Amino acid sequence: MEFLDYFSNVFTAYHLALLIGGTFAGIILGALPGLSPTMSVALLIPFTFHMKPESGLILLGAMYTATVAGGAISAILVNVPGAPANIATAMDGHRMAKLGKAKQALHYCFISSFVGGIFGVIILIFFTPPLARLSLEFGTTELFWIAILGITIIATIDSKSVVKGLLSGLFGLMLATIGDNPVLGVERFVFTDHLEGGVNIVVGLIGLFAMPQVLNLMEKYYSDKNAVLSSKGDSSLMQSFRFVFGKVKALSIGSFVGSLIGIIPGAGGQIAGLVAYDQTKKVSRNQSNYGKGEPEGIIAAESANNSMVGPSLIPLLTLSIPGSPTAAVLLGGLLIHGIFPGHEIFVSENTAPVVWTFIDSLILAQIFMLIIGLFLSRHSGWIMKVPDNYMAVSILVLAVFGTYSIGNSYSDVIIMVVLGTIMFFASKAGFSAVPVVLGIILGPIAENNFLLGKLIGGARYGDDWMIYFTTGTINVTLIVICISSIAYGLYSNRKSKRSA
Amino acid sequence: MKFMKITKIALLAVTSLMFMHAQADYPDKPIGVMVAYGPGGATDFQARIATLASGKEALIGQPIYILNKPGAGGRTGWNWFASEASKDGYMLAAYNVPHFIAQSIVFDTAYNINTLEPLGNWGADPAVLIVNKDSPFNTVADLLAHADANPGAVTISGAGKFVGHHIAFLQFAKASGRDLTYIPAKGGVDALRLVKAGEVSAGFNNLSDSARSAADLKILAVADLTRHSYLPDVPTLMESGVDVDDSSVNFRGLMVPAGTPQDVIDFLASKTPDMFNDKKTQGKMKSTNSPARVMTRDEVIAMWNERQAYLTDLLAGLQ
Repeated sequence: MEFLDYFSNVFTAYHLALLIGGTFAGIILGALPGLSPTMSVALLIPFTFHMKPESGLILLGAMYTATVAGGAISAILVNVPGAPANIATAMDGHRMAKLGKAKQALHYCFISSFVGGIFGVIILIFFTPPLARLSLEFGTTELFWIAILGITIIATIDSKSVVKGLLSGLFGLMLATIGDNPVLGVERFVFTDHLEGGVNIVVGLIGLFAMPQVLNLMEKYYSDKNAVLSSKGDSSLMQSFRFVFGKVKALSIGSFVGSLIGIIPGAGGQIAGLVAYDQTKKVSRNQSNYGKGEPEGIIAAESANNSMVGPSLIPLLTLSIPGSPTAAVLLGGLLIHGIFPGHEIFVSENTAPVVWTFIDSLILAQIFMLIIGLFLSRHSGWIMKVPDNYMAVSILVLAVFGTYSIGNSYSDVIIMVVLGTIMFFASKAGFSAVPVVLGIILGPIAENNFLLGKLIGGARYGDDWMIYFTTGTINVTLIVICISSIAYGLYSNRKSKRSA
Repeated sequence: MKFMKITKIALLAVTSLMFMHAQADYPDKPIGVMVAYGPGGATDFQARIATLASGKEALIGQPIYILNKPGAGGRTGWNWFASEASKDGYMLAAYNVPHFIAQSIVFDTAYNINTLEPLGNWGADPAVLIVNKDSPFNTVADLLAHADANPGAVTISGAGKFVGHHIAFLQFAKASGRDLTYIPAKGGVDALRLVKAGEVSAGFNNLSDSARSAADLKILAVADLTRHSYLPDVPTLMESGVDVDDSSVNFRGLMVPAGTPQDVIDFLASKTPDMFNDKKTQGKMKSTNSPARVMTRDEVIAMWNERQAYLTDLLAGLQ
């Protein structure tokens, strides 16, 4: 119960101001495309330079927590996920908004983010030592199978046709091969200098979601079919709370999957939301509603990506191994304050007060995130009423600005616009952007870990390097899950065809 | 096209005119430093620390801001710097040796030591040879004995190809004459994970990061000419009987593109070592475990030339 001793450090006027300011700014930044949690935390680190370590970390932790949740706002209201973690939220969230239930969708999102977030921090407080050891068990081959597991859902996620889902996923996987490959040490498919840096995940995300949305809005504006959205079934906050807490299955799958993926080095929140969404869908009774505005989808995705935050710090704080891309940036934030991760971090006289204060502030950050998020939800209705032409221009400006800010590079802006234009026309033919982004995210994880595993396996077993991929409890378990995921996909596809 | 060309020439003429006028009171506005890696990484935060004191009147007299242009192991940023950055002394860049020199030899890049002018060096992070704390190997000799019995089976991780760790590996394999397998991970942190998880036999990694993780690792040797003050008990590879010099040490410092006026280069080169040596900056380097080594422009020029010659030779067989 050591963590209780340090709450008083958080309750100083200065720290509370940092927490509230950081959370508020985080939600807003998270909602802007391009300023993903990783980017926001990275940009904030230099500002913490001159702060005391615990103050700096409180601000960074609040930012991490809030940006993950904030990305859902734009996902729901304008179908542009603020970060890869919020892709799954957009699928049902935006469709709910289109049905006039934007406010409820946002309520569900912040309440389930809060539940998942608190769950994740509790895991961080009580289960760090055993889970730190578990996180080391997820090595090269295990990460390869996790990426393959992600790829097995490509075909069925957000597409009515398996063939179109597979084609979109393949397009994403191919985009991911562009640029420098660190394992092979070669550049691939760099036809022009603009492609040298490859297709950044967030650049792809903005291109594939924001650009088609801009073009759609313009098309709608000129075709003069401007439907006025009226909000329906204006439920109260209490009803929203009761509704979310009634969805025990979605909340627990989301929180559990999110925490597990948080512990795994390198996988991160980018896929936590999607995997949890897919798993919840598979066991849900409302399966056919998914993708049409099913609240369970939002609840699973948002509880997952926020429950990932706490556990992603477990391997970071104890082993100096980040559990998510944002945690990797946070490592730099720890180091500049002279907080060196290690097993001693929770007990050493120098670091324990700082680290426990930081963890306690994460709990409070969840609470402030909930309050500020719900407050913003009340006032977000006007965004749905913005005329299409103004909306299109605003999204376009944010998309270009956000893309440029990722690497201070015009090449990224060009890639974003080209991808977006392709996606706009592809979506007319029934292709979805979700499997493409999934391909961009999972491609490098699958490929690089395969190549590394093959090298290590080759050194150990010679020609029988495959053994390295097929032995070990976690590998075997993951292979079984992959096979059942494919089998289940085939089965439900046949079943739905028959019933249709 | 023609219009573009004329505009370009006109712009060039105007800027050079403005520049000639402005040169007298250089610098009269904040100066940028391009970092070819993402924010939060070691090069990024060390660059921020190293340039903290730039605003002091006795030093550069203007604040320095950081511009991150990450991608392709640093090539995206350095290519931009050598081909597109302004040559008026208002855009500097951080270099990583041997990374950029090795890349300019292996890849078709816009940069090499002739298109860049160093100003000064702030840090030097040597590669160290590490094994898991539960590993049976306690010395370099143990590891090599195992390699003798199992050719090819000894795996050594590092942060990708054509970086300091890879150079250290190539030198180590060549000097020891053993058949070893290099495992190029996605970055330094990932390479360290492979060692901590026991997936590889050993690894080359940054001295600073390895020294911090001492509880999970055994550090067998330092790939440098002398022992390091952070690890006084760890021998150099040479002391361990393998003839590896300091060619893999990760040097970090500041540079400008070739073509920058000589008086601007001279001004910056005269100020940068003092800026790096600023008391507060050195204190911050120490508290963040960032190994400092301040060198002047002339020392860096000599070091670059030496590396260029050596790496051309070492990498010749690999392409």
